[in-house]
This record gives sequence, C-alpha cells and structure tokens, in this order.
Amino acid sequence: MMIKDKYRLFLMALPFLALAFVFCYLPLYGWIYAFYDYRPGIPLAQSEFMGFEWFTSMVSNEVQREEVMRVLRNTFAISTLNILTSVLPVIFAVFLAELRSAKFKKLVQTLTTLPNFISWVLVYSFAFMLFSVNNGFINNLLLDLGWISEPLNILASDDHTWLSMTLWSVWKGLGWGAIMYIAAIMGIDQEIYEAARVDGAGRFRLMWHVTIPGIMPTFFVLLLLSIGNFINNGMEQFYVFQNAMNMHNIEVLDLYVYNIGMTNSNFGFATAVSLLKSLVSLFLLFIANSMSKVIRGESIF
Amino acid sequence: MPVKEKFTMFHFVNYAAFAMITLICVFPFYYLFINTISNNDLSSRGLVMFYPKDIHWTNYADVFRIPGLGQAALISVFRTVLGTVLTVAASAFLGYLFTKQMWGRSFWYRFLVITMYFNAGLIPWYLTMLQLGLTNNFLAYILPAIVQPFFIILVKTFVESTPLALQESAQIDGAGILTIFAKIIFPLITPILATIAIFSAVTQWNSFTDTLFLITDQNLFTLQFILYRYMNEATSIAQLMKQSTGAMVDISNMATPTSIQTTVSMVVVLPILLVYPFFQRFFVKGIMIGAVKG
Repeated sequence: MMIKDKYRLFLMALPFLALAFVFCYLPLYGWIYAFYDYRPGIPLAQSEFMGFEWFTSMVSNEVQREEVMRVLRNTFAISTLNILTSVLPVIFAVFLAELRSAKFKKLVQTLTTLPNFISWVLVYSFAFMLFSVNNGFINNLLLDLGWISEPLNILASDDHTWLSMTLWSVWKGLGWGAIMYIAAIMGIDQEIYEAARVDGAGRFRLMWHVTIPGIMPTFFVLLLLSIGNFINNGMEQFYVFQNAMNMHNIEVLDLYVYNIGMTNSNFGFATAVSLLKSLVSLFLLFIANSMSKVIRGESIF
Repeated sequence: MPVKEKFTMFHFVNYAAFAMITLICVFPFYYLFINTISNNDLSSRGLVMFYPKDIHWTNYADVFRIPGLGQAALISVFRTVLGTVLTVAASAFLGYLFTKQMWGRSFWYRFLVITMYFNAGLIPWYLTMLQLGLTNNFLAYILPAIVQPFFIILVKTFVESTPLALQESAQIDGAGILTIFAKIIFPLITPILATIAIFSAVTQWNSFTDTLFLITDQNLFTLQFILYRYMNEATSIAQLMKQSTGAMVDISNMATPTSIQTTVSMVVVLPILLVYPFFQRFFVKGIMIGAVKG
C-alpha cells in the first residue's frame, strides 16, 4: 500500500471522528460551568465566577450536605442490591442447564429475555396496571382472596423503594443476564462431567465443582464492570417510577443531577455534582481494571 | 446430562420453578393485551384479570384519534429507520477502516473506545446540544447515535476474522478501498450488521430520555414519550375523547384512562413483539461476540 493511502483512509474516517468529538469530547468544555453561577440565556462571560464554591457547599452547607448524603445513600444502596442480585442470572443458568427438554429450555430462554427489550416507560406502564391502588391486578387479586381488606398503594409509597427498584431490574434483566452464563456452560468440556461422575459426584457436586468454576471467569468480569459502574445507575428507571411519595429514597445521583439541573435550572451546582461523579467513576473503573490485572492477569478493556 | 436419568423430584421442582419464572415474565404482556380487547368498563374496574371479556377491537381504531399519537408514531418510525440505517452504515465502514493501515489508527481507535466508559455528564452535554441547535430538532435523535464504539469493535473483530486473501486479490485487480468495501467486505459482514441493526433499532424505538432532555416541540415527540405523558394525563384525554365521540358508540366501550393507557402501551410494544421471535438469535449472537471482545 502506498504511504499516501494512510492519509486517504484517515480522511474517510474523519467525518465520523468529528461526530464523536462533537458529542463526546466537546461537552467536556462544559465543565467550566461548575465554576460559574450560570443561568441559561446569560452569556458565561457575564455570569458570576464562583470558584470552588459549588464544590465546597456540598460539604459546608448543611442542607446541601444532607441532600448529597441522601442521594449517595440511595445510589449505594441500589447499586449494592444490584451487585448482590447479579448472582441470580448465574443460578438461573446453572439450573436451566439441568432441564432436559430442549424445547422447553428454548421457550424459557426466549420468553425470559423478552423484558430486556422493552423500555422503562413500558415497564412503568406494566407496574401501573398490575400494582395500581385503583383496581390494579395485584390489589384486586389480594382483595378477592381476602388477604387484604384495603387496597395497598404500592407505587406511591416509600417503603422498600430500593428493593422494589431492584426487583424491577431483576424482572427486566434476569433472562438476558443469564445468556452469557448459558453459553459459558455449553463451553465446558463434557469429559470433565464424565470424569467427575465416574468418581461418584452427584448432581449438586457437579454443579458446585464443575459448572460453577466453569462460569466463574465470566461472572468475575461482569462483577468488575459493575463495580466500575457503581455510581452510574442511569436515570430512566428512576425517573419514570419517581413520585412525590417515593422521592426521598428513589433519587439516585443521575436523577438528582437531572432534577437540580434541568428541572430547577441550577446548572452550576448540577455540573459540579456530575463532574465529581465522572471523576469518581473514572477512579472506580481504574480500580476495577487494576483488580482484574492482579487477579486475572489481564485488563478488562 | 445422562440420557437414562429418571424424572425425579428435583426435575419436577426445577421445571415448575422455570415455568413460574417464565410466567412472571410473560404475564404483564398478556394482561396488557387482554385488557385492550375487553369491555372497557370492566377493564377499568380491574375485572379483566385472567381472560378477555366481551372482546372488541374498537380501542385500536380509537387510539389514533388521540391528539398527537399519529404524529408521534411517524416520528418514532422515522427515527428508528433513519437512525438504524446510518448507524449500521457508519459502523460497517469505520469498523473496516480500523482494520487498515490508517494514519494514527491505534490513537483514533482508543479515542472512540474511551467514550464508552467516560462522559462529561448530563448538563455539559445538554448545553452543548443547545449551542449546536440540536434542541427541538429531529437531528438530535440521529446525529449522536451514528458513531457507536461498541458496534465498531464488533465489525472490526468480524472483518479481522475474514480471509485477507480476498481483499488482496481484489487489490491486485485494481480495486480501490471503497470498491473493496462495497463489493467484498460488505457482503461478508452482513451477519454482524444484522445484529447491529436490530440492537440499534430497538434502542432507537425505546429511547425516551433524549426527548425528555432536548424536545419541547409536540410535533417531535416520540411514542415512548407520549405514552409516559398519557399515563400522567390519561384522565383528561379520556374526557376529551368522550366529548368528541358522540352518541353512536356503545357506552361501555368508550375510551377510559385505562383503555388509553393499555392500548397506547400495546402500540408501543407491538413492534418489539413482532420482530423479537425472528431476531432473537441475532441478539444472542451480538452479546456473545461482545462478551469475547468487549
């Protein structure tokens, strides 16, 4: 290939690299808003320079400190619950492998993966139909059975908000999360099972000593990735499920940034929070990657 | 698993447990559907629980009389089609370019991959979009979605696994880079492009937050966004439709907040349900390749 060719190739890629620059790198300039009292419509040059005041007020201003602590608590609680429930897809895959009918296995896999492909808005719509206090399915069922005498207002309640958010994530992601483990199990050498069986291992010992070690590497990579994403819960799920009642416990960092920035137009403070969040998240990724290097001998990226 | 093994208590419990889990995953879809075709009055009182009652299909005709829904459906379809075509084309082309000796190849590759793990945050991104004129602009749905590092990795990996000899012989015949891409690479990588297309289409169709952040113009609302709005406003919309219906319609099947919410939900989920059985294997393939290389 001619030397000039490598520049021609670069020029062909350039428009796409420019798009990536505009949408992913250019916004980094916006971090400057974290140091100003910026109001939309007023040019930055005429905005008041705040220095690190937005950052220090997170600690020094008592009201703001409590807000930030509450949001961090929600974020940590929900992320921790998500990490704890990440063993469920493993269990799902291990027991699915024990089903003998290939058709049933396929059916289970197809139908349990489906919820992964609908939006959170639709999940909320389901939640509304099933759990609504006004003639929702669950309330009517429980009333019919005589287990309750008053309809429960499950959606507009702040009891167990962390848990219910986690359960919705599990409902949506369980089947999809299991796919990689199912593939990993199929990749395990059948001779290992044969050998263990000859040695007298029963079903559960095979699971524990052959299947589980076979999928551990996959589990470990995903676990590290979720540690790297510990403070990135996303906001869509929490945005659609939020209401005046559960606000206290549902507001995670991403939703908080949206609520103070976009709803209350406090751009400076919101940018300061999300700047810190980006840095912490980068640090966590770095930790996860180093752990991977030490334990597995290779990086995750 | 051994073939001759008996059907034991373990199997019974295992089958029952998976049947239960599957039922929990599917029941909301079924419940939604039977409520859209049942008597609206019964449905709004929560009396349609396990099977449809007094089946009628008028809700599906009525739903398009809801102001704004037809337009939102057009926007959703349009962004899904255009977004998917452009994302697939860009991923195919860039993935291929990154297998060639491009100037600064490994630098630019990292330049793209980093964006998967790091971003500036919502507010700086929003202000950038605002300054670029991408608020209340249809292009806001399309332009940011075109370059997807993950898809580019998938294509690059796939191209690297195809025999190089094919490209070399075409080069000897005097074919340029674009010709090789169009005539040789493109047909070879269609399986991975199908996977990317389906992922991209589902993401576009389901996208909700970009409308929330960037769009206030009602003509640019998507179905997902309008569904969310309806769930908070269904009562007033039902009122509005009752006024415009006249006396012809059977009173028990007039639009209710429940009928509007369920029917719009069904319209939103239907495309997913229709394509899902045919494309499920592509999803699985996509996540597998991603797992190996991600």
